Amino acid sequence: MTSTRQSYNLELESLRNDILEMGRLVADSIERAVQSLAEQNIELAQQVMAGDDEIDNMQVVIEDKCMSLIARQQPLARDLRIVGTGLKITTDLERMGDHAFDIAKITGDITGQALIKPLIDIPRMAEMTQNMLKDSLEAYTNLDIALAERVCQADDEVDNLYQQVFRELLTYMMENPRTIGQATQLIFVTRYLERIADHTTNIAEWVIYLVTGQRIRKN
Amino acid sequence: MEYKIQANKLQLYYGNTLALKKISIDVIKNTVLALIGPSGCGKSTFLKSINRMNDLIDSVKIDGEVLLDGSNIYHPDTDVVMLRKRIGMVFQRPNPFPMSIYDNIAYGPRIHGLKNKAKLDELVEKSLKGAALWGEVKDRLSSSAMGMSGGQQQRLCIARLLAVEPEVLLMDEPCSALDPISTMKIEELVTELKNQYTIIMVTHNMQQAARVSDYTAFFLNGELVEHDKTDAIFTRPQDKRTEDYITGRFG
Repeated sequence: MTSTRQSYNLELESLRNDILEMGRLVADSIERAVQSLAEQNIELAQQVMAGDDEIDNMQVVIEDKCMSLIARQQPLARDLRIVGTGLKITTDLERMGDHAFDIAKITGDITGQALIKPLIDIPRMAEMTQNMLKDSLEAYTNLDIALAERVCQADDEVDNLYQQVFRELLTYMMENPRTIGQATQLIFVTRYLERIADHTTNIAEWVIYLVTGQRIRKN
Repeated sequence: MEYKIQANKLQLYYGNTLALKKISIDVIKNTVLALIGPSGCGKSTFLKSINRMNDLIDSVKIDGEVLLDGSNIYHPDTDVVMLRKRIGMVFQRPNPFPMSIYDNIAYGPRIHGLKNKAKLDELVEKSLKGAALWGEVKDRLSSSAMGMSGGQQQRLCIARLLAVEPEVLLMDEPCSALDPISTMKIEELVTELKNQYTIIMVTHNMQQAARVSDYTAFFLNGELVEHDKTDAIFTRPQDKRTEDYITGRFG
């Protein structure tokens, strides 16, 4: 006996796999961008910047799949939420990819300069952000609400760290105006990481919506 | 890309009425083409002209050509019985013969000369499997087809068609008399069958066209208004009349 709508189920599964694949690309891009900054590795930074096109292309592929599923399969209930959240999550991922690009660009700008301070909090913040992204993708894979909720909570810690690094760099700038250039770049980096964490929180919120149909707003 | 069916400037008159106006369309092998449009637009007429079912109507006159694998089916030498074996048809209402399930399937092959019992058994099983019906009926092949549900009867008609080993399947609103679950089964079946056959389906149900077809053709007043990939037709139709029709704004 033929199960009904098998090909449709496969299309939905393929959409979810594409989103996870895009998520892995973005996570990889963020990790390498931060690494390029910490190691002042300009080649790695250039690879990250070049890789952004692939992420952008995946967004288009995913959006087209969503539009096609809506037009052709008239998804309802959870199916509809898979497609709707697919459109939202792919946008969040694309923005995160852009921020990885931005961080890599800053690597290019400050490479060769002596660092005004050892990078300690920024790599910590990056690690927290990357863990949040890994968890939100895992929550998406397993439709795990509890994990998604933990991601939302972790965002507060990243926000706190952002404030802390911001104040610290401000102090450097007030003490020595010659640090202003690099300190501003580093503030941008923390800002990008903070934004990446926000987008990750959005993804976790979309996972909760996908599973329960309930809208929550932690961000 | 290989074309299985090609219509070239096909015109069809019922008496003095022009029902199909210079229809040109290429159908790619192993795809599903859906024909959509309001009642009286010519989609069923076009479907029937692909296996010369319209020959049965006296007042019909046809110009232009329909090619099957590059050969014009309206050529005077065409063997119409063979043509309809190669291009089979499923109708709106399931029309099983009043005989056993087995005999329904074996009917066509027997007419075409197959007598060997083992080969017939094998063909019946293969056809029923092809129509996703085998599991439901394998223990009651000798019972009457008339006792089956509507959805099963329709799949039986598809199995009966598959038994004569056709190349093209024409379906004239195959789900219009079926409940939603049976409809979904037929749709899923169509998606599987296209791997082996080329399928052209008339449907009043636009959502069905969107779900099952690879290409969609929109007919209006005997004219082919637009023909494109189904994705394109349902997300970015080029003709305003197509857009008005598929969005339910048709005047």
